[in-house]
Amino acid sequence: MEKGRVPEMIQFLLRYPEKIFVPLLQHIELTGLTLLISIVIASALSLLLMRSRWLSQLVVGFFSAVYAIPSMALFALLIPLFGLGEKTAVIVLVIYNQFILVRNILSGFHSVDPAVVESAYGMGMSEPQIFFKIRLPLASPVILAGIKIASVSTIGIATIGATINSGGLGTLLFEGLQTMNMVKILWGTLLSSLLAIAVNLLLAALEKKARKAVNGED
Amino acid sequence: MATAVEFRSVCKRFPKASYDAVSNVSLKINEGEIVTILGTSGCGKTTLLKMVNRLYEPDSGEILFFGQPIKQMNPIELRRKIGYVIQQVGLFPHMRIGENIATVPKILGWPKQKIEKRVDELLELVQLPAREFKQRYPHQLSGGQQQRVGLARALAADPAIMLLDEPFGAIDAITRRSLQDELLSIHRRFRKTFLFVTHDIHEAFRLADRVLILNAGKVQQFAVPAEICSSPANDFVKKLVDSAREEQLEWKRGVCRK
Repeated sequence: MEKGRVPEMIQFLLRYPEKIFVPLLQHIELTGLTLLISIVIASALSLLLMRSRWLSQLVVGFFSAVYAIPSMALFALLIPLFGLGEKTAVIVLVIYNQFILVRNILSGFHSVDPAVVESAYGMGMSEPQIFFKIRLPLASPVILAGIKIASVSTIGIATIGATINSGGLGTLLFEGLQTMNMVKILWGTLLSSLLAIAVNLLLAALEKKARKAVNGED
Repeated sequence: MATAVEFRSVCKRFPKASYDAVSNVSLKINEGEIVTILGTSGCGKTTLLKMVNRLYEPDSGEILFFGQPIKQMNPIELRRKIGYVIQQVGLFPHMRIGENIATVPKILGWPKQKIEKRVDELLELVQLPAREFKQRYPHQLSGGQQQRVGLARALAADPAIMLLDEPFGAIDAITRRSLQDELLSIHRRFRKTFLFVTHDIHEAFRLADRVLILNAGKVQQFAVPAEICSSPANDFVKKLVDSAREEQLEWKRGVCRK
């Protein structure tokens, strides 16, 4: 960053704080909403797919193909159906997340040692007991890793949502590009990067904690 | 003497298999005896065991648990009355040794103090001092110690019978012998019914009140060890006993090359 830009950025912040904080809050809201919906749908899908290996491979394969579609193209494809704005952006982001989340939730559950599950059944634990006390805690590090990747990728792709009027930090970036306003571009870049890094650190810490718990380390 | 487990013409074939894993097995296991189930891998011994706690269901025939058909019992309730130990141990890696052992008592809603007392008692029984081991996690224990915990966990709610599926199969020879001794002393103390699957003829004969020899899903002989040695029921049993004898002779002659 050029030295000369820093005073300009601070000046911009002091003069138009709403131009920075409104997009930031919008971005957080967009990301939060997307993740919430993504996790609910991915959990339901994974529970349905858990028992069939070939069906889960099929579905994960389908989502991985969708994941390969560039976000601009997917936005363009869905605008005729859902119009411009936040709704379409959330739908696209939720679709992308299904690949990461379903894959990780399934591999999390598949990573649980079958001998541990067998002994749980053998001892007379009920299905809900085995799910909540054994399978879910043991699968949680891999699931949290998926949520971490999905969060960071959502924060990134959500900036592109600004092109279809979804708001968020992308607005700063695209406005800056259109008017060649370096300060806006810098604020947009800085905040979206910081947001991604902060969320990544937070979830990585949670994942590490879960991994330690699973391995029985204090 | 009461019958703990009875098999009546039990058959089990797995989907896509061309032969019965367990073929028309009928036998009675007395309360308080140790029965070892001996056979080569794939002979149906694990299948037979897992039908007792309904991890597998037979295709035909029935199994009685103290006179009651297990088909009419709730499988979860049934399993809580049966201790289950497997070769891979299957301790819960995210729970401390104490919590592992307390699993079934906790499910059964025992009062806290009673659970604590029981856990300490069981740890002493399997020679792992509670003070040292209760707060540890499974990965901090050796294979032999883990299986001791597996045994304690299975005994926790004072089950009527114990099913043991090659519990010492992955344990070194020295530790295995001392675990066998401990198993025998636990048995002498509580006189529970033990069903013990193994492919090791020495282990089978060492532990058993009666040995059940299985091959290709069929019972070859079910008798006390001495009877099997003196009058093997068929060629398969004879071959099995002879192979153990030959091994013994080799040891006497000295297997170590000079």
